[in-house]
Amino acid sequence: MKYFGLIWKNAWRKKIRTSLTILSVLVAFLLFALLNAIGYAFRAGEDVSSAERLVVIHKISLINPLPISYEARIASTPGVAEVTHASWFGGYYQEKRNQFAQFPVDIKEYFALYPELIIAPEQLEAAAQNRIGTIVGHELAEQFGWKLGDRIPIQATIWTKADGGRTWEFELEGIMRSNDPRGSTAFMLFNHDYFDEARAFGKGTAGWYVLRIAPGADPVEVANAIDAQFANSPNETETSTEAAFAASFAKQFGNIAMIVQLILGAVFFTLLLVAGNTMSQSVRERIPELAVLKTLGFRDSTVLGIVLSESILIIALGGLLGLGIGWVLVQGMAQQLSASLPGVYLSPQALLLAVGIMIGAGIFAGFFPALKAMRLSIVDALARG
Amino acid sequence: MKFLNQAFAVTMLNLRNLPQRAGGSVVAVVGVAAVVLVFAAVLSMAAGFERTMLLAGSDDTAIVLRSGSTAELNSGLSNDQALIVANAPGVMRDGDSPIASAELYVVVDVAKQSTGDDANVPLRGVQPFAFELRHNVKITEGRMFEEGRNELVVGRAAQSEFGGLGVGDEIRFGQTRWTVVGAFEADGSVSESELWTDLRVLQTMYNRGSSVQSVRVRLVSPEAIEELSQALADDPRIDVDVTSEKDYYSSQAKPLSQFIKIVGYPLTILMAIGAVFGALNSMYASVSVRGKEIATLRALGFGPFSVLVSTMVESTLLSLIGGIVGGVLAFALFNGFQVSTLNGASFSQVVFDFAVTPDLLSQGLVAALIIGLIGGFFPAIRAARLPVAQALREL
Repeated sequence: MKYFGLIWKNAWRKKIRTSLTILSVLVAFLLFALLNAIGYAFRAGEDVSSAERLVVIHKISLINPLPISYEARIASTPGVAEVTHASWFGGYYQEKRNQFAQFPVDIKEYFALYPELIIAPEQLEAAAQNRIGTIVGHELAEQFGWKLGDRIPIQATIWTKADGGRTWEFELEGIMRSNDPRGSTAFMLFNHDYFDEARAFGKGTAGWYVLRIAPGADPVEVANAIDAQFANSPNETETSTEAAFAASFAKQFGNIAMIVQLILGAVFFTLLLVAGNTMSQSVRERIPELAVLKTLGFRDSTVLGIVLSESILIIALGGLLGLGIGWVLVQGMAQQLSASLPGVYLSPQALLLAVGIMIGAGIFAGFFPALKAMRLSIVDALARG
Repeated sequence: MKFLNQAFAVTMLNLRNLPQRAGGSVVAVVGVAAVVLVFAAVLSMAAGFERTMLLAGSDDTAIVLRSGSTAELNSGLSNDQALIVANAPGVMRDGDSPIASAELYVVVDVAKQSTGDDANVPLRGVQPFAFELRHNVKITEGRMFEEGRNELVVGRAAQSEFGGLGVGDEIRFGQTRWTVVGAFEADGSVSESELWTDLRVLQTMYNRGSSVQSVRVRLVSPEAIEELSQALADDPRIDVDVTSEKDYYSSQAKPLSQFIKIVGYPLTILMAIGAVFGALNSMYASVSVRGKEIATLRALGFGPFSVLVSTMVESTLLSLIGGIVGGVLAFALFNGFQVSTLNGASFSQVVFDFAVTPDLLSQGLVAALIIGLIGGFFPAIRAARLPVAQALREL
């Protein structure tokens, strides 16, 4: 630490060059932060899903409904603790661009299965009692300015009502949030009974079932037992853990996310390489000065340490600034995108990784020229001046 | 004229000795190349996806969905309603029968060839006129499915992306077994991502009775869509939305391609800023290396303007080289690269190729040019203002 003054002075030897280097490192790490946060959103479903919950869907495809009678049969399968059903509603609020997920469910059962969803007990009770009651995530309530008691009309894209109408009216009875900072609640829940009674077609079916296995039960065995029950029926099922289901859904987007990440990884390293090269160049220019230090009695290792500290300092200055700006932007983006791309989040792991890269890049940029300087004899190094 | 002559002479001198300073310049070139590469690669995804979607739509075909539906998958029409649509005014007829195809659009899980993961592959039940309605669909291998049998014809793109769809293969959806009897091409449009079968067979498999999801009709002319919409809007028996097929597919393409653009453009700008810093750094270095040379030239009587021009030209040229390298790399690496993704708008897979278009490449070069101009400007000013006496003394 006693050499900090020297390192600092050295770093700012050429002000313009150092500032530009810091700025390009800043841009690199800003990019890193933004992409990591967006990438997180694409994987988020997997991280927050539970391995104790299983999802039962129609074997042909998720879009095929299952008979509601399956619920009782799933419930009686050994190893199943609790089960509930949900469906995809696919509506929008006022304008087509305001699309978010709505699920007709059994409200009480649903909250029992998803303990990570937090809601006031009286709100839960009120929503379950009110035929047209609904519960929405706080993200949606903030985005659309909804308050408890509001009437919310939702336009259906799939489910016309038996009377031919497409507008479903709900009354806001509760607002939920998740106890996991990464979990999103940008969706709407309402009573399946109302939905099933009022819809024009598809009565007596549900989109999928979610169940929790009994403590100690083997998820694979339970899943196989359920699927075996419905094998060779017109509605065969496919049961998987919620995590596997989320992962397989994420994979539907294919290698696109991977390609983007690869391209951007390449950019990130290019930017670092450019900055690193500039720093190496600055060390090379100063070899005679380093020889002077050695003449004055500095040990080789001390000089090496000073040079490395300087390159790490420059990268860390730019990198931390970039991460800082990135962090602020991510908070803003997470707000903006809460409905369309929930789960934008800058994880502590990503921050740690970034710091690791800064130190690594700093050492890499300074090490070779510094080593070269160390190996030169003082006389030769001075002669280069 | 003397100005320009001087500027030209100094610029040529500068460019001729550029190779001696190549080390520092490479960094700037690589930075710019990376920007153009990423820009072209990311946006070629949007371009390729749009191309695939838009190729499927023609403006003399109308697609009729239940009112309020955002996609075929959401829609539903009864057989009677489908007949009303087919026989409405504005629909072209072939002899007695209207050129119309009532269709059922569902998705089935088929494993991706590359990873083995299940994907939502669109399965379409069609009527005989479906092939005439889509000008570009041609069976290129095997034969057409026979009516009433569990037979499929599969799009070329679906065939190469998803497993077990070779002609002659058998595939199971739930309890039903299907035989792939043919493959079709459709000029690379989104139709090639689909599996087609007889409408009746699919209705039975899905317990849909005689209901369908969409009706496609050939219009007597693109303008006839007005007449058709009006006639159907006035008919109390149905409540439908009439869209030209072209508009339908462009609205289906919009969310994903817009998302890519919303991410892609700011990203490019951010990277370009990074590249400007890199270019500035190497141009400042170049000016300081040339300090003595510049001072000598000035002492010989060359004006500051010629020095400024020479530095700007060097920077712009380096950037353009970077831009060209990036563009060529993007084209070589990504153009025609086939991927498949879930299109949220239709909840089904679309197989498409990356398209590194001339338009994207020229936008990339413009970006490179701008980076070069900004990256050269400030160092050029410094070069022009270099105090001659002092620089010479450092000799």
